[in-house]
Amino acid sequence: MAALSTPLETVDEFREVEPAAVDLSVCEVRELNAALHARDVVEKAARWRVSSPDGRHNIAVGLDAGIEVEIDGHVGYYCAGMNKTASVTVHGNAGVGVAENMMSGTVRVRGNASQSAGATAHGGLLVVEGSAAARCGISMKGVDIVVGGDVGHMSAFMGQAGRLVICGDAGDALGDSLYEARIYLRGSVKSLGADCVEKEMRGEHLAELGELLAAAGMDADPAAFRRYGSARTLYNFSVDHASSY
Amino acid sequence: MNPALPPDPTLRESATFDRATIADIQRAAETGIYDIRGGGAKRRVPHFDDLLFLGASMSRYPLEGYRERCDTDVVLGDRNATYPLHLSTPVTIAGMSFGALSGRAKEALGRGASEVNTSTTTGDGGMTAEERGQSKHLVYQYLPSRYGMNPDDLRQADAIEVVLGQGAKPGGGGMLLGQKITERVAGMRTLPMGVDQRSACRHPDWTGPDDLEIKIRELREITDWEKPIYVKIGASRTYYDVKLAAKAGADVIVLDGMQGGTAATQDVFIEHVGIPTLAALPQAVQALQEEGLHRQVQLVVSGGIRNGADLAKCMALGADAVAIGTAALIALGDNSPSLDAEYRELGSAAGFYDDWQAGRDPAGITTQDDELAQRLDPVLGGRRLANFIRVMTMEAQIIARACGKAHLHHLEPEDLVALTIEAAAMARVPLAGTSWIPGQGL
Ligand SMILES: Cc1cc2nc3c(=O)[nH]c(=O)nc-3n(C[C@H](O)[C@H](O)[C@H](O)COP(=O)(O)O)c2cc1C
Repeated sequence: MAALSTPLETVDEFREVEPAAVDLSVCEVRELNAALHARDVVEKAARWRVSSPDGRHNIAVGLDAGIEVEIDGHVGYYCAGMNKTASVTVHGNAGVGVAENMMSGTVRVRGNASQSAGATAHGGLLVVEGSAAARCGISMKGVDIVVGGDVGHMSAFMGQAGRLVICGDAGDALGDSLYEARIYLRGSVKSLGADCVEKEMRGEHLAELGELLAAAGMDADPAAFRRYGSARTLYNFSVDHASSY
Repeated sequence: MNPALPPDPTLRESATFDRATIADIQRAAETGIYDIRGGGAKRRVPHFDDLLFLGASMSRYPLEGYRERCDTDVVLGDRNATYPLHLSTPVTIAGMSFGALSGRAKEALGRGASEVNTSTTTGDGGMTAEERGQSKHLVYQYLPSRYGMNPDDLRQADAIEVVLGQGAKPGGGGMLLGQKITERVAGMRTLPMGVDQRSACRHPDWTGPDDLEIKIRELREITDWEKPIYVKIGASRTYYDVKLAAKAGADVIVLDGMQGGTAATQDVFIEHVGIPTLAALPQAVQALQEEGLHRQVQLVVSGGIRNGADLAKCMALGADAVAIGTAALIALGDNSPSLDAEYRELGSAAGFYDDWQAGRDPAGITTQDDELAQRLDPVLGGRRLANFIRVMTMEAQIIARACGKAHLHHLEPEDLVALTIEAAAMARVPLAGTSWIPGQGL
């Protein structure tokens, strides 16, 4: 591996004053990730600022420390993939699979997110301030996702657990083959997927939605949302449902 | 009476509507549902039995059995990873899920594999502590369902296997019926108990080889480039799939032919989709050779590998290692004659039992029922598996020495001939007694 670029070597001087700065126009994503994975990363710098991401893939993946990473610009695929504990903010748009399989921590995209945002994520909070494309929250396993704008088709497909909050509209086949994930939608839905149904919005749902919106920093009234979940009719195969699959 | 013969010699069974076909139609009409079962394709397809080794004589000289060395070790994944796997035998254990198999069965596989210094593999449903604890070299599968997938297990794995497909069902996802979804299995998969679990057939966050390249890099980044990354494919358009997988950055390609076992798949899928292992292997080798990557990207072959002869034939055709599923379960005790009476109670018989989806396995292997699972002693099972792998390895050495080879990897296509025209065409070796390789002129 090439030597770290100057900003990384001078991290110590800025401790607790300035975030450690990494310029991806002069250093590789590999160097950045290696630095963020270092056992003593928190002592080195609790805050990191990444410039010139220029759509590069796999930025800040596999983090496992209580650090804050801010990325100034657009990122490519899988930014903050498998994140644990860390807090990652993208001041731009995110490519495919942002925060895929996240376990905990927070990932915030200030712009829009491409397909499969938060795919299979087990925990933590993903906030997309703009809109998210198709398959947002596909196979979600416990993550909370809050989208300020719209989501594309097949969002929350096979969603197993966790909550997907959509402040705008949803595309086709929302919540198809849903398991136990819960969906809150403020706008309209183009069509619901197999086994996804609208459910009653009770007090506990208003309360949890209020908490999610607050955690995401979204100014929206929980009462304006509708709730969707699984009808649970496809949980065990029955020949009479064969045409639904 | 031999059940294969009709009771009255004047009765003639139809070749088209034979008794098994008639029974299938009757069953479908009664139940309204297709047949789901475990195991691999049961139909006869061209296979390694259709190949023979030439052995040495005047023009080649053999190595002395027991005295002259014939090495068997293999290194997997040294193209990019800091820590490739160095195994003592090229026989590895294929990915079989906890869920399909009991925790004790997974532990037994780990024990057996570790005893002979080879690798074992997780499966759909995540990594269990039993198998991590007992496995010296553990390959962690990265499947479309991502059940139980987490970065901690990724980092404690010795290699990562991105699963695109299985030979038993190329293009199909996973299936675990509700009766096997116990509290522990459900918890690992984040699903309610008792729900039929259908794993997706496509990965949720990538499609196609260009995306796969980025996905592989992500896995490398997360694990700091320490671990080999495998890509597993079911045999279908093998020549192209292998090229694409190698170009996407795979360190190891696992190629699973249509005879490959499964825990639970529709019979129609098992029997009618995919191509035989024998037909796929030479395509994979050709693809790697054309890319200049043969032996740099290692090839692990599975699907109906049963003994040292199959192993030696895979090596000769250019594989670096093999993986076994069904044979490993049989070594643990599956289909044991001692359980015949119990198999019969389930409507089967020793030697025929394939209801691995049902969770009622008398051998305690393909079950989540605690009482049944207790029947398998993981220490004894591990020892039996280690014995079996040793025998396979020694059998392959016997053949390799007879061909004058000081390492299993020195076996080559030139050592082989085929018994049938089909096998000759697929394996690209001459029909025995001729110099004719069908499709390659005279
Ligand atoms: C009980 C059982 C469970 C399996 N589970 C998985 C799995 O989770 N993931 C996978 O890629 N392959 C799975 N397979 C397929 C094996 O990895 C392997 O491809 C196959 O068993 C090889 O063929 P063989 O059984 O003829 O040796 C399973 C096979 C069996 C028999």
